[in-house]
Amino acid sequence: MTETMAGWPDRLYDTFKRAGIRQVGYVPDAGHARLIDRCRADPEIRDVVLTTEEEGVALAAGAWLGGERAVLLMQSSGVGNCINMLSLTRTCRFPLLMVITMRGEWEEFNPWQEPMGSIVEPVLKLCEAEIFRARKPDEVEGLAARALQTVFGDERIAAIILSQELIGKKVWTK
Amino acid sequence: MSLERRAAMATLIEGRGEDLLVVPGLGSTAWDLAAAGDNDRNFYLWGAMGGAAMIGLGLALAQPKRRVAVITGDGEMLMGLGALATIGIQRPDNLAVIVFDNGVYGETGMQPSATQSGADLLKVAGACGIATCLDVRDQAGLADLAGRLKSLRGTLFARVSIEANEPPRVLPERDGVALKQRFRAALGLKP
Repeated sequence: MTETMAGWPDRLYDTFKRAGIRQVGYVPDAGHARLIDRCRADPEIRDVVLTTEEEGVALAAGAWLGGERAVLLMQSSGVGNCINMLSLTRTCRFPLLMVITMRGEWEEFNPWQEPMGSIVEPVLKLCEAEIFRARKPDEVEGLAARALQTVFGDERIAAIILSQELIGKKVWTK
Repeated sequence: MSLERRAAMATLIEGRGEDLLVVPGLGSTAWDLAAAGDNDRNFYLWGAMGGAAMIGLGLALAQPKRRVAVITGDGEMLMGLGALATIGIQRPDNLAVIVFDNGVYGETGMQPSATQSGADLLKVAGACGIATCLDVRDQAGLADLAGRLKSLRGTLFARVSIEANEPPRVLPERDGVALKQRFRAALGLKP
């Protein structure tokens, strides 16, 4: 694997830093592990592990009220947990970037991931989110920069969707 | 013994100072806060049930030199109970989460909440790692809480036992964008 192939979480972290992100809320996902490690190691970023993804929607609203930029990391299953709380974001026009690792769409072993995974994009569109889907590692950085501009430039909701093909297969047997 | 909610709110925010930021939960606590006097540093919720404490956390982390008080109801806190675990990890010095607990859902017809049947928010908050958890049941307890709110030194949780009454509604601004912009402007941020 080339550096470019493996390094997309680091490129994502770099774009967060350039955009001045100070709070990162997340429910852990294996696909986000490297990015979470980078954020946790950064004294300028407050990493906030959440019990459910909707907490992060509220956290990001509070951060913006106080003048800080936040992002929210989750797996596709977490999108469903956010829906009503996104009313806060939409009603008040809070900026919100959701970074979503996909399950249930490519070489998925676990059928329980498919119902939510299959409706992530339409549900987010109904919530007025702009979708930025990355399928290849070298697309991630450019899409992230555009998504951040949409979020903090226009005070909108954007979702960076990281395809399951990009992240790779979860290994079920060892 | 229980306290009257409007008087309790008024006591808590009396002489609040410019550095106290208040996030009430949706419904009764928002009306209580509006009744106590409007302020640009109030961020009234008309929805987002279960989110008040987390909005308070994001705000407290972003504004470490100001004090943040989340003042919400038992039903709203119960919907976002996990937030206490999340706050228990972060524990910003400048955050107070205060729950007006009357054991009922007042806005919807006084249906009983879980706190009436044994769910103990003080024990939950304590078990989540919040060191200071106050059980406020009388005027002396309320005065103590109001005093601590003046100079927060560590994350604080308080359960305030209030009467299950429903005073006349006092409705604050409900335009979310306007509320956000005036709040940020009051903090010297670009609206």
